[in-house]
Amino acid sequence: MEIPAPSFELIHHTLDNGLRVVLAPDRSAPVVGVAVLYDVGFRSEPEGRTGFAHLFEHLMFQGSANLEKLEHFRYVQSSGGMFNGSTHFDYTNYFEALPSNALERGLFLEADRMHSPRITEENLANQLDVVKNEIRVNVLNRPYGGFPWIHLPPVLFDTFANSHNGYGGFEDLESATVDDAADFFDRYYTPANAVLTVGGDLDPATTITMIEKHFGSVASRPAPQRPSFAEPPLTAERRRTHDDPHAPLPAVAIGYRHSDPVGSLPQHLAALLLAEILSEGDASRLPRRLVQRDHLVTDIAAYLGEFGDPFDERDPTTFTITAHYPQADSLDAILRAVDDEIERVATAGLEPGELDRVRTRLLSVLFRELDAVISRTLEFAKFELIYGRAEMVTELPQRLLAVTEEQIRAAAAELRPERRAVLEVIAGGGK
Amino acid sequence: MTVPALTEARAAAELDLIQRELANGLTVTAVAKPGVPLAELRLRVPFLAADPALPAQATLLSEALLTGAGSYDRAGLAAAVQALGADLSVGVVADRLIISGNVLATALPPLLELLNTVLTSPTFAPGEVETERDRLVERLTIARSRPGTIAGEALGLRMWGRHPYALDLPRAEDVAATTADQLRALHELRVRPSGAGLVIVGDIEPRAVLDAVESAFTGWTGIPPAADAPALPTSEPGALLVIDRPGSVQSSVRMGRGALSRSDPGFPALQLANLVFGGYFSSRWTENIREDKGYTYGPHSRIDHHVLGSTLMFDVEVATEVTGPALLETRYELGKIASLPITQDELDAVRQYATGTLALSTATQAGLASTISALSATGLGLDWVIDHPARLRAVTVEDASAAAAAFLAPSSLTAVIVGDAESITAPLERLGPVELSE
Repeated sequence: MEIPAPSFELIHHTLDNGLRVVLAPDRSAPVVGVAVLYDVGFRSEPEGRTGFAHLFEHLMFQGSANLEKLEHFRYVQSSGGMFNGSTHFDYTNYFEALPSNALERGLFLEADRMHSPRITEENLANQLDVVKNEIRVNVLNRPYGGFPWIHLPPVLFDTFANSHNGYGGFEDLESATVDDAADFFDRYYTPANAVLTVGGDLDPATTITMIEKHFGSVASRPAPQRPSFAEPPLTAERRRTHDDPHAPLPAVAIGYRHSDPVGSLPQHLAALLLAEILSEGDASRLPRRLVQRDHLVTDIAAYLGEFGDPFDERDPTTFTITAHYPQADSLDAILRAVDDEIERVATAGLEPGELDRVRTRLLSVLFRELDAVISRTLEFAKFELIYGRAEMVTELPQRLLAVTEEQIRAAAAELRPERRAVLEVIAGGGK
Repeated sequence: MTVPALTEARAAAELDLIQRELANGLTVTAVAKPGVPLAELRLRVPFLAADPALPAQATLLSEALLTGAGSYDRAGLAAAVQALGADLSVGVVADRLIISGNVLATALPPLLELLNTVLTSPTFAPGEVETERDRLVERLTIARSRPGTIAGEALGLRMWGRHPYALDLPRAEDVAATTADQLRALHELRVRPSGAGLVIVGDIEPRAVLDAVESAFTGWTGIPPAADAPALPTSEPGALLVIDRPGSVQSSVRMGRGALSRSDPGFPALQLANLVFGGYFSSRWTENIREDKGYTYGPHSRIDHHVLGSTLMFDVEVATEVTGPALLETRYELGKIASLPITQDELDAVRQYATGTLALSTATQAGLASTISALSATGLGLDWVIDHPARLRAVTVEDASAAAAAFLAPSSLTAVIVGDAESITAPLERLGPVELSE
């Protein structure tokens, strides 16, 4: 089938202080997206300070050079816009979706906190409470909280950077200080360590002028050297259990270290297609075998990237398979069936038409993520930061079309039992 | 340095929308919205009925509908859909069954053919129905282990009693007793085009799409029985209900009451009053119990719309040890907004927010399709979206304050809390009567 790929004009600009700028104009609707990504995530937080990158993200909303506490939120929302931020393994993002008549205001708000966030004892104490409540609602007080992104990495990885809890332990969070925050900001929140992307209803020349005006005066500081966090594949299977007091059914996460999504992009895209072949929809391999035929699991999913976004991390990332299942004693049967299906792809290859239909659907999913101006803006920013090329967003369809069945079989052959970490969730929730 | 002022707003382009009622009674709406080369579709089939067996059967039908149709078995149907770059999914609530899909725009006609096969000849093979029945029971078990689900169900029961709206999820034992024959009979009875609505939005030519729908939907005919659900009961708020969840590190607070529907002349004022109270981040409730006190990750209040009426719903999860103080501050903010005027600045801020976010939410193909489909359930169309900014502009401080007085008084809300009863009951009793659930 002929697949029309969307195309976007991208304009690059770099400020004297090192801030990389990407503009993605599209005048079809009077809305804009503004996104700033800083090249720091969970992996860079210091030992003894688990959860600090995320806590710091909260502090970036607490007022800045020219803004009192609460003003950031109020200015965005009373302009008719929305805001948010999120912390990832390799980066942290801040963004606004705004009517286009608020574009300069959005740029001002982002520049103001790039100049200097207002971090006080009072704001730190308040956001510490908020973050603890975020962790309670998303992890501690619910079934399968943090499954598997908090509980699988310590089984799969060895280094502190890759294995620690990105939400953080309460003790670490409580010991964070205003000085820690000032140091973290100085080191990681430099303009040279950030990407600014603006998408939507904008005039490029005017927007560059506005960006120079508001961000140009942010003092230049060097970008920190980013160490390699790579870890080689496992050579012996690891297993661990996690007691979940709220979970009514057992669950399992199977993780494989997956190397260098950026440097080995063709292999990465083959692994991505493999994940889709294994678990995207009722025609895929694992649901057909484990849900529909063998009735072993309630649901099963295979995906790349700790949060399910295959392009969210540099080396390493994770190939994960998760399942919930009714019978606690069926884990070994589940693992055997999963291994069997992966090996079948590696040795017997694909069914006629399988690669085409899976790839067609994947492209459609990728296009769909580009529809909202703010999601598109965030995608351009992420690819500029992680892959060094915002253009990769529009090149992905061609690159996916170049992936061969042989490459997918090779990706399947990497997922051997001795290379996996198995996290078993013990259901304590019963009745 | 001062914060830049807003410049002149640019109007959104007009949409090319057409609507047609087909001979079989299906209303089709097609909207051209270029951007990405995709199309979104939403097929809404009214499902509201008093039959107490309906929730379990309807939910299982939604899980089993795509497990085979015509000459396709389960994997064959899924593969055919996937090959079009498409996805179909089925959801059900008391008011309606919804089939949602998205597809490469060029492959919309064959997707419509597949959808017609699903609508006219679903298989409901006993083996597949059994598989989905067991999975649904397991998923219900998981859903009911979430404190928010427990609290939501308790609130629904308090507000709606035996009305179909009380039950968000079916009872597991009812699902377990449901058969493939019952699904087939339910499909025969209610999955009918008369009164249903199909919305298609995307990189399409609307007239051509209407013709494609008309030629694809062959053999789907019939009229479902008229809705026979009883009118919404009016409930007394009663005492605060506490449901014990031993060891809970947070308490899940849920409150609710009746509200105004979108077509009510008083709705814009109520919408804005709710935003000022708790409907957006810069609300009084959030600024108080999150940004000042740190009791929670975030409270939310919202207006839900159903066919038979709308509701104001409030939810917040607060740390166990501050459950009493958090409820105190919540009632303080409710009492304050119901008793004292909203300010002009607050009103202007929420007016701009409501206008801007309405535009953002309808700026995507998926958002626009969902909005049009949701509006159509209560007889409204895209005109409602287009005209709403003018209605919001007309709301005065007096209007919004009067809406707050009428709808946000703490004494008017039904409230439940799921949490560690041993820790929270005494602090809550200091604030007013508490009823402990069995």
